[in-house]
Amino acid sequence: MSKLLLSLITFLPLGGMVILLCIPGRFSAIHRAVAVVTTGLVFLLTLVLAARFDPSQITTASVYSAYDAATFVECAWIKSFHIYYRLGVDGLSVALIVLTGLLSFLATFTAFSITKQVKAFFALYLILVTGMMGVFTALDFFLFYVFWELMLLPMYFLIGIWGGENRAYAAIKFFIYTLLGSVLILLVILAYYVKMKSIGVPEYAFNIPELIARRPFAYPGGATLMQHLLFWCLFIGFAIKVPSFPFHTWLPDAHVEAPTAISVILAGVLLKMGGYGILRLNYPLLPEVAGTDSVMYFLAVLGLVNIIYGAFCALGQKDFKRLVAYSSISHMGYVILGIAVLNSEGVNGAIFQMFAHGISSAMMFMLVGVIYERAHHREIARFGGLGVQMPNYFALAIVGFFASLGLPAMVGFVGEVLVLLGSFDYSRAITACATLGMLLTAAYILWTMQRVFLGTPKPEHQGFPDCSAWELISLVPLAVCAIVFGILPGCVLEIYRTSSAVFLSYF
Amino acid sequence: MLNEIELLAQIIFLLPVAAFTVLALCHHRLPGHGDLTATSVLGTSLVLSVAVFLAALHAPDNILVNISFPWLAAGEASILSGGILVDKLTAVMLVVVTLVSFLVHLFSVKYMEGDARYGRYYCGLLLFTASMLGLVLANNMLYLFIFWELVGLSSYVLIGHWFEKKCAADAAIKAFITTRIGDIGMLIGILICYVETGSLEFSEIFAAVHTGVLTGSLRTLAGLGIFFGAMGKSAQFPLHVWLPDAMEGPTPVSALIHAATMVAAGVYLTGRMLPIFDSPTLLAIAYVGGFTALFAATIALVQDDIKKVLAYSTVSQLGYMTLALGVGGYAAGLFHLTTHAFFKAGLFLGAGAVIYAMHHEQSMSKYGGLWRKMPKTTACYLLSTLALIGFPGFSGFWSKDAILADVLEFSLERGHYFLPLAGFVTVMLTAFYMFRQFFLTFTGEPRSKHAYEQAHDVPWQMLGPLVILAILSLTGGGFGHWFEEMNPKRNALEQIQDFARAGVQTPLVQEARFKSAAPRAKDLTPAARKTERVLTKHAESSGELRHFAHQTAMILSTALALAGMALAWLMYFQRKTGKVAFEPGRLVEWCPNIHRVLLHKYYLDELYRTLFILPLRRLSSFSALFDRGVIDSLVNAFGYAGRIGALAAEALDRLVVDGLLVLGLARASSACGERCRALQTGYIRQYLLFTLVAVVFLSVVLVYLL
Repeated sequence: MSKLLLSLITFLPLGGMVILLCIPGRFSAIHRAVAVVTTGLVFLLTLVLAARFDPSQITTASVYSAYDAATFVECAWIKSFHIYYRLGVDGLSVALIVLTGLLSFLATFTAFSITKQVKAFFALYLILVTGMMGVFTALDFFLFYVFWELMLLPMYFLIGIWGGENRAYAAIKFFIYTLLGSVLILLVILAYYVKMKSIGVPEYAFNIPELIARRPFAYPGGATLMQHLLFWCLFIGFAIKVPSFPFHTWLPDAHVEAPTAISVILAGVLLKMGGYGILRLNYPLLPEVAGTDSVMYFLAVLGLVNIIYGAFCALGQKDFKRLVAYSSISHMGYVILGIAVLNSEGVNGAIFQMFAHGISSAMMFMLVGVIYERAHHREIARFGGLGVQMPNYFALAIVGFFASLGLPAMVGFVGEVLVLLGSFDYSRAITACATLGMLLTAAYILWTMQRVFLGTPKPEHQGFPDCSAWELISLVPLAVCAIVFGILPGCVLEIYRTSSAVFLSYF
Repeated sequence: MLNEIELLAQIIFLLPVAAFTVLALCHHRLPGHGDLTATSVLGTSLVLSVAVFLAALHAPDNILVNISFPWLAAGEASILSGGILVDKLTAVMLVVVTLVSFLVHLFSVKYMEGDARYGRYYCGLLLFTASMLGLVLANNMLYLFIFWELVGLSSYVLIGHWFEKKCAADAAIKAFITTRIGDIGMLIGILICYVETGSLEFSEIFAAVHTGVLTGSLRTLAGLGIFFGAMGKSAQFPLHVWLPDAMEGPTPVSALIHAATMVAAGVYLTGRMLPIFDSPTLLAIAYVGGFTALFAATIALVQDDIKKVLAYSTVSQLGYMTLALGVGGYAAGLFHLTTHAFFKAGLFLGAGAVIYAMHHEQSMSKYGGLWRKMPKTTACYLLSTLALIGFPGFSGFWSKDAILADVLEFSLERGHYFLPLAGFVTVMLTAFYMFRQFFLTFTGEPRSKHAYEQAHDVPWQMLGPLVILAILSLTGGGFGHWFEEMNPKRNALEQIQDFARAGVQTPLVQEARFKSAAPRAKDLTPAARKTERVLTKHAESSGELRHFAHQTAMILSTALALAGMALAWLMYFQRKTGKVAFEPGRLVEWCPNIHRVLLHKYYLDELYRTLFILPLRRLSSFSALFDRGVIDSLVNAFGYAGRIGALAAEALDRLVVDGLLVLGLARASSACGERCRALQTGYIRQYLLFTLVAVVFLSVVLVYLL
C-alpha cells in the first residue's frame, strides 16, 4: 500500500478525469461532484502520507536516505535512455503535497460558480492536480520535467477559456513566460545527461538523488563557469515561477484574468514550485555556486528587492486582485531571502513561508472572488462599508488579511520572523531594510481593508448576500489553518525539519 | 506552591482565551450576546490574579515561576521557546489588567447596550484582555512580541468598532501603523538579542548583558530598538499621534486600552528590559519621557473634547513613567503605572458616564452644571481627578512624588536640568487642565439646556466600576513600598564599569554598589576602581541628597498642583454671578498664535502627512506605474520583438525563400520554357539551320580548344 501511495496521489486525479469524461456534458452537477470527490480523496491520501511520514528517518547517511524509504518507488520507464519512474518524498515535499491536496480540494468549491463548459473545466483542473502532485513527487529529472510541463498546459486553457476580458493576452503571456523557464531547465537536464554519459554513468543521468550526491560538474577549487551557467539557467527557470523581480509581470496579469479557483491554485501551489525547484534541484545540484559569497549576497538582495518592491507596487494598485498578486510577490521575497542566507533559521523560515503563503494567499484570492461574484468589478475605490453588509465575510476577511499581514499567532508571522532571524545573522543591513517591508505590508493591507470594508455602507452594495455555504466551506478551513498553524507552527515545521537539515548539509 | 501559581497563571490567561473563542464562534446564540459570560469570566480571572498577587506579596523571591517550553525548533541548535514568567511585577500587572478589564466589561453592559455589533465588541474586549495577560506573562521577547502585536490588533478592532464613521476607521489604521513603526524598531532589537545571545528569554539576555556578551554599540542599538517599540505603544513623542485619535473608539475601550493597560505596556516593557539599557539609552529614555510629559500637557490645555483632554493627559502621564524609568526610578515608574491605571480608568469611565448621560455629546462646551444631575459620578470623577493631579494623600500623589524625587536627585547629581523642570511644570499644567475640565463639565450653568434636561445619573453597572476605581485612586498609594522591593538588582560590578566608561553616576549605581555584595577591588579595572573611590566618597552625601530631593519634590509638586488648581478656578469656575474671575478668551487674545498652535497639536499630523504619507503614496503609485510602464513594457517589448521577428521571418519566407527561390525558379523555368517554345516552329528548314549553326559552333570550339 505505502509503495502505491505516491502513485495514487499523483494519478488519482487523472482517474477522476477519465470518469468525468465518460459523463455526458449536461450533468454538470455530477461533474462537480466527481471533481470534489476526487480531490477530496487525494487530500485524504495526502493526509495519510503526512501521518505515515516519519521525519526522523530522513538523514544524510546515504544517497537515498534523504527520502522517505517506505513510499519510495522506482521502476524503469524508458530503459534505453535510463529514464525511470521514480517517485519519492522528503519533508519539504510532504508539506507541499498536503498543501496542494488541501487547496485543490477547497478550490473546487470555489469553482462551483463556473457555468461555462463545466466538464472541460474540471477535466483540465484534474490534469493540473496530477501535474502539481507529480512535480512534488518526481525524483527523476526527466519525469520531473514531464510533470512540470504537464501542469503548464491545462493552466493555459483554464486561464485562456474561463478567464476575464483580457484572458487571451494573460494566458499566452503566462504560457510563453513559463515555457521560457522550462526551456532553461531543459537545457540543464540535457547538460547533465551528456555529462553523465561522458563520465561513464549514464544509468544515473536523470537520477536526482544520485546527481546531487555525485555532483558531476564539481571540480576542486571553486565554482566553474559551467556550474555558474547551469545554476543561473535553473535559477531563472525557477525564479520565473516564484516569481522573482524582474520576471514577475506575468503574475498580476494571470491572476487578474484567471477565475478564482485558478488564482487560488496559481498563488497557493504554482508559485511554491519555484521555491521547491530551488530547494530540490537548483541549490543541491550546484551548492558550490549557491554558497559563493557574491551569489549569496546577490540573492539576498534580490529577496529584499522582491519584498520592498512588491509591497510598494501593492500599495499603488487600484485593482483588488492585482493588489493581492503583488502582495504575493512581496511575500515570496522572504522565501528567496531565507534560502539565500543558507542557515537553519533562514531555510526553515523560507519553507514555512511557502506553506504560510499557500494558505494566506489562497484565502485572499477566495475573498476577492467572493466580492467579485457580487459586484462584478474589482476596483478598490468603488467598494466601502462592506463590513456592515456582509459581517461573516468581514470576519473571515479579517483573518485572511491579518494572516497575510504577518500578524503574530497567524501563519504569516512565523515564516517572516524565522527568515528575519536567519538573515539578520547574515547581514544586518539587508534585514533592517526587510523589516520595512513589514510596515509597508501593514500599510497596504490595512488601507485595503479600510477602503473595502470600513466606512459608510454604499447603496449599490445593498442586498449583497453574505458568504454562501460553498464559499464558507472553502474559506473557513483556511481561516482555521491560518490560526492553528500560527499558534502551533511546530506541527508543520516538524515535518520538514530534518529535510532542511539535509539540505543545509550540502553546503 | 510554585506549581500552583504556574497553574493559576495559565488559567488566568486561558479563561479569556476560551471565552473569546466561544464568543467569536457563537456570540449571537448566547444570552445578551455573551456579555455576562465575558464579565463573569473576567471576574474569575480577577479573583485568581488577586490570589497570585497575594502569593507574590509573601514570597521571599522576586521570581515565582519561570518556565519555558519549546515552541518552534528552527534547526538542530536553535529552538524558539515560549514560557511563563511570574514575578512580582507580573503579579501586579495581572491584577491591574484583570481588574480594569473586569470593570470595563461590567461598565460596557449598559454603555454599549443596543449596539449593532454588541457581541463583536465583547469579542474584541476578550481578545484584548487575553493578549494583554499573555504579554505580561511572557518570559521571552518572542512571546512578548506576539502578544504585543495581538494587543495592537484588538486595539485596531476596537478603535474601529464604529467603522462606518470614516474618522473611526482612519483612527484605527493610524493607531496600528504608528505603533507598528515602533514595532519595527523593537523587532530589530529582538533580532540583535537573538543573534548576539542565542536566546530570547529575558533571564538569558540579562545574563548576556552581565557577562558582557551583549555589549557596546550593539547593546545600545538593541536597547534603543526595544525602547522604540515601547514608544509606539506608550504613545511617546514623536509616535504619540495615534492615541488622541484612538478616542474614536467606544469610551470604555479608551479606559481599558488607551489609558490603563495597553499604553502602559510600553512602560512595562521598558521596566522589564531595564537591565539591557546602557546609560546613553537610559538618558535618551529620560529625555523622551520628560519631553513627552510636558509636550502633551500643553496640548491638553486647550482641548474641548472631554476624551481628548484625557487622551493627552494619558500621553503626558506615560511620559512621566518613561522619565522615571530613564533616570533609574524603576519602582517609581511602575508604581505610577499602577496608580495611573486606576485613576485614569476611573476618569475615562467617568467621562463615559457623562457622555452616556449627555447622549454621546463629547464637547465640553456643551456641558456644564452636571453635578446637580449626576452627583455620584461627579464625586467619583473628582476623586480620580485629585489623584491624577497628585493632591496630597491620593494615590497619584505618592507615585508622582516618587518620580519627581528620583528625577530631582538624578539631576542634582548629573545635571540635565530640563528633566526636573519638565516634570515640575507638567505638574502645574496637569492640575490646570484637569480642573479646567472638571469645572467646565460639572460646575457652572449648563451651556446646552436641551442635553442638560435629559441628563441623568447612571445605572449601577456603570456606577459600581466608578466607585471602585475612585476608592483605589484614593488608597492606591499604599502599594508604594512594594515596588521598591522588586527593583531588579543589577550586577554591581557591571554597573560600575558601565558608568565608569561613560564617566557618570546614577542613583542606581549607588544602590547596586551598596545594597548588593560589593565587588572586591581587585576585580575592578583601574577606571572602575577610580569610580569606586568617587562613589565611596559620594556615599556619605547620598543619603542626605535623597532625603533632600524627596522633601523638595513633595513640597514643590504640591504647591504647583495647588497653583494649577487655583488658576483653573480663576479661569473656569463660574461664580454666582455666572462670570469667571478671569476670562480665558483674554488669554487667547493675548497670544493667539500659541493658542492656534496648541489647538492644532503643533501641526504634527499635517507635518507627518507631508513628510511621510504623501511621499509614500506617491512612491507607491510610481512603483505601480514603473512596474507596468517599464518592467512589463520590457516584457511586452520582448513579446513584440518576437512577433516582429516572426513577421520578418514570415516575410522573408514569403518573399525570399518562397517568392524568390521557389516561385522564382518555377517562374524562371516556365518563362524559359515559354521562350523555348517559340523555337519549336515545325519548319524543317529552320531545324536544318539550327543544326548547321550548331555544327559550325561545335567545330570552332573543338578546333580552338583542343
